[in-house]
Amino acid sequence: MKIALRVNSQDVEAEVEPRLLLVHFLRERLRLTGTHIGCDTSQCGACTVHLDGRAVKSCSLLAVQADGCAITTIEGLAADGVLHPLQAAFHEHHALQCGFCTPGMVMAAHELLGRTPMPDEAQIRAALEGNRCRCTGYQNIVDAIRAACERAGGCT
Amino acid sequence: MIPSAFNYVAPRSLEEALACLGRCEPGTAALLAGGMSLVPALKLRFARPATLVDIGRIAALRGIEANAGGIHIGALVTHAELLGAPQLADRPVFAETARVIADPQVRNRGTLGGSLAYAHPAADWPAVFLALGGEAELFGPRGARAVAAEDFFTGIFGTAIGADEILTGVRFAHVPVNAGSAYSKMRQQASGMALVGVAAQLVLDAAGAIRAASVGVTGVNAVPFRARSLEARLQGSASDPAALSAACALGITEADPLGDRHASADYRLHLLGVHAGRALARALARARGSAGDGADYND
Repeated sequence: MKIALRVNSQDVEAEVEPRLLLVHFLRERLRLTGTHIGCDTSQCGACTVHLDGRAVKSCSLLAVQADGCAITTIEGLAADGVLHPLQAAFHEHHALQCGFCTPGMVMAAHELLGRTPMPDEAQIRAALEGNRCRCTGYQNIVDAIRAACERAGGCT
Repeated sequence: MIPSAFNYVAPRSLEEALACLGRCEPGTAALLAGGMSLVPALKLRFARPATLVDIGRIAALRGIEANAGGIHIGALVTHAELLGAPQLADRPVFAETARVIADPQVRNRGTLGGSLAYAHPAADWPAVFLALGGEAELFGPRGARAVAAEDFFTGIFGTAIGADEILTGVRFAHVPVNAGSAYSKMRQQASGMALVGVAAQLVLDAAGAIRAASVGVTGVNAVPFRARSLEARLQGSASDPAALSAACALGITEADPLGDRHASADYRLHLLGVHAGRALARALARARGSAGDGADYND
């Protein structure tokens, strides 16, 4: 069936099979491979994107469910070649080792900062509950998110 | 993992959705709401419906509405919406429960109606639905009907919803005077589902004794249930923490706990007593007007 949606502020139209998962649509049809497939069972959060501004796991959505919606992927955050403040903070604070979970971590953190500009550490950790990192022990990820919101004038 | 092929329809109205269901052979269609249980089941091919009826675009199934009879919560209201809904400010048990379901991304998509209709034996909302004495609102070719919470769950993954019916929402009566309710859960660490989950509501009389108690339990039996034995023991009893503990210590005779690799039957029975005690203690604090918030709402 035919779907029409906005992905990273671009209008996209496509003919898809109803069973096509959103993550496969993004990666294989649009070649937006920044969104990763980790566990494929909606545990790990590596596939997190925003659907109409809310963080969702794109491995657990059908592409047809996103018909008419606005999607933002990790590729949609940097503007004009300049990293988003969250991306820059992840870089500066060494918030990744292998990097596989990073796009999902950034997208989950991005939703948190949109809703809660001044999160405390417990709120940051709670917001990452749906994202697994098997390298870092999370500490530098939390530090990076704190740094990003401090730079934006938030964080307590 | 790729689901097996299916026909997909996305009706915009309840009537259209019923017509879609009516065109399918009974048992061959599945209703898709948030999809947080169904899409993973499709991927594993545990579910192989011929037709997927996506009710996620039906506006009439959204929204929380206070009315003369109490409160109506649309089937498509998400866990995330229940976490912050101003209409539920006087019912903190909703936010307390929503907060311990899965993770933020799943809470953004998963719905109250989907959780109840799926009837997973370790889902959280069934306990709250039972303890608050809610009613499920069903709509089908023969019109609308309501099913009381206690008649709603009929078996493992089984409900009173007919194959040609749709769960449109749930309703709850007004909060009784001097009442408080709470939910306490032990999470299975990997899945976040309830190893044991207990929701309790206490209503106090003018003298401060327990006028009525209702307790809903999930994660223990194959089907969520009301702990009538504990409720009967609590009714008329003094409302102090010691009395609550004593009542819990005598056990819940309805419990017929499942044992699996996550928890033995004996361990579940132990947890049931612990979490019944916690839910009751917090419900009591709320009934007395102290907040009962910020407690150990989880693990």
